[in-house]
Amino acid sequence: MALAKLKADVTEARLARLAMPDGAGWANAARADALARLQAMGLPSKRDEYWKYTDPTSLNAPDAPEAALFHSDESPLFDAVDRVRIVFVDGVFDADASDDLSAEGVEIERLADAMAADIHWVKDVYGVLEARGQTPVNRPFAAMNTAFASDGVVIRATAKVSKPINLIYLHQDVASDAILHNVVKVEAGAEVTLLETGPAAARFSKQLEVEVADGGTFHHVRAQGRDHERRAVTHCFARIGAGSTFKSFTLTFNGVLTRNDCIIEIVGDEAVAHVAGACVGDGRDFHHDDTVFITHDAVNCESRQVFKKVLRNGATGVFQGKILVKAGAQKTDGYQISQSLLLDDDSQFLAKPELEIYADDVACSHGSTSGAIDEEALFYLRSRGLPEKDAQSLLTLAFVAEALEEIEDEALADDLRDRLEGWLARHT
Amino acid sequence: MLNIKGLQVKLEEEDKQILKGVDLKIEPGSVHAIMGPNGSGKSTLSYVLSGKDGYEVTYGSAQLEGADLLDMEPEERAAAGLFLAFQYPVEIPGVGNMTFLRTAVNAQRKSRGEEELSAGDFLKEVRAKAKSLSIDADMLKRPVNVGFSGGEKKRNEILQMAMLEPKMCILDETDSGLDVDAMKLVAEGVNALRSEGRSFLVITHYQRLLDHIQPDVVHIMADGRIVKTGGPELALEVENNGYADILAEVA
Ligand SMILES: Nc1ncnc2c1ncn2[C@@H]1O[C@H](COP(=O)(O)OP(=O)(O)OP(=O)(O)O)[C@@H](O)[C@H]1O
Ligand SMILES: [Mg+2]
Repeated sequence: MALAKLKADVTEARLARLAMPDGAGWANAARADALARLQAMGLPSKRDEYWKYTDPTSLNAPDAPEAALFHSDESPLFDAVDRVRIVFVDGVFDADASDDLSAEGVEIERLADAMAADIHWVKDVYGVLEARGQTPVNRPFAAMNTAFASDGVVIRATAKVSKPINLIYLHQDVASDAILHNVVKVEAGAEVTLLETGPAAARFSKQLEVEVADGGTFHHVRAQGRDHERRAVTHCFARIGAGSTFKSFTLTFNGVLTRNDCIIEIVGDEAVAHVAGACVGDGRDFHHDDTVFITHDAVNCESRQVFKKVLRNGATGVFQGKILVKAGAQKTDGYQISQSLLLDDDSQFLAKPELEIYADDVACSHGSTSGAIDEEALFYLRSRGLPEKDAQSLLTLAFVAEALEEIEDEALADDLRDRLEGWLARHT
Repeated sequence: MLNIKGLQVKLEEEDKQILKGVDLKIEPGSVHAIMGPNGSGKSTLSYVLSGKDGYEVTYGSAQLEGADLLDMEPEERAAAGLFLAFQYPVEIPGVGNMTFLRTAVNAQRKSRGEEELSAGDFLKEVRAKAKSLSIDADMLKRPVNVGFSGGEKKRNEILQMAMLEPKMCILDETDSGLDVDAMKLVAEGVNALRSEGRSFLVITHYQRLLDHIQPDVVHIMADGRIVKTGGPELALEVENNGYADILAEVA
């Protein structure tokens, strides 16, 4: 069916501003395929089922709306962690600011270099997982990202990688419009931790494709920062094999618009996939959307989705989460919880939890709640001498704690908890 | 220490008068007990004194060492030396008991312009006081009151009181839910805190607690008023005869 005229026009207007980078034959083909996918589906509109709660207009616009820079005198996140730092400034790799792209147990290359090679492992992942993740739900910004991504890194873990790899996204240009694409392959039995930090750009399109082979382990901890006016649309597509572990956590501060899609396909038995996130938003112009789709296509696997949103002064939070259990995916253990803490009557939380199950021997549960601060608890704390602000912060941190607990590495979790405390101290 | 005059309180949300003129004066170093039938307003009095929302004071005053309590925020009352051991301690998932205690102790020290307690000193003090109340390390680590038994919650209240060292301690039915041994521990905890500069208001239904914590003065509260005041023998009378005689006598 032809696209509605309006949709086609919006898509063409956006495409007119984008240029496709050149690469090896397979790379050009992968980009051309993605462009064809995008043109067939068109950019989203508020009429689309999964864009009902989030207005894509500013993401569709040919030019990125400007975003003021946010200056903070805090030390960089994870500064105390020994890590490989890979710096992007407004979506462009900065070699001088980055460490050597090397650590034990891992190969790291710039995306452009990988895509210029005639033969490369990334050919079997780049745009491949994204294309699989287009059914049953269209994800037009992901196709656009695959077609036009201008930078990024590809990472192949071949053993237990000696230290985390930190992609640091700096934002220095008020009008930057960045499209980044990263690919990670965790070979059988290998293990790697990927950190992503920073606001990145005025408008940021980012995709992460992750292939985890049998027995592999992938940890992902991300902090989307702080610039109030920034916009981001991000996708993570993961395919994980037998006995593998995939764990992803995202903390989001501020931002006019954040849409994080996470699409996981569990294809091997006894695998574990956890996706968690917390966001804190203050003000009518804060909008945060987590959209998750986990497919169980193997036996005896576990998946968890844990999302917590702290919303105040008219902020909006969205959660759309699905667990799909395919026929034959017996003994699936699926859990999903999304909760919001509304610190005033103006803020809102919109949730769309979905379960679709075609196997009979499974245990799946989901829940979604929205609530205010517990007044009884607040009074109890104050009666012990805690000022109201501190009591409220303590209860808010307690609310977020369940999501933070999804981070296995204590040092990383502690660092995020500290930032959260700082944010709460400034915003209550 | 505590001086309550003519206190009248109604519910904020509905037109219901709960306290109908309470007068109560507690001298420094003394222990007063309040007894009275269910629903007579004992907990309401303790909540109004500590600053809980939902009540409206329509008449009267309450002073702690001459300072007007009713004008203060709950945390200011705490810093001024008021402490309420809740009849129903609140569960707070996600907040560790130890973190809570340290935050509370340091918040009060800070508001009084004192240095924060060092982590080491704090730990030493908590451990010693917890031990004397048979509170184990696990209970200190767990979230505040979550999954605590009724008796454990009450002991946890007394631990907080011991750590905060308030001047005016109100104990609202701290004995309910305690087994015989726990009651002794709690009473010992309270007695250890008795001093010239510290006063207690013990709300209870039973003489048993008052065997361990001997009151100087006993009040009977009924229908929002203190209807009779006497010595320890008044508690015995209630224990033996119930409230009927006393209420008939003052009616
Ligand atoms: N928030 C409230 N809403 C409605 N009624 C209330 C509220 N608070 C107190 N009351 C009523 O006020 C009266 C006094 O209650 P309060 O809890 O002070 O009694 P009490 O003397 O402590 O009783 P008990 O011995 O059972 O603990 C009761 O009738 C109670 O139902
Ligand atoms: Mg009561």
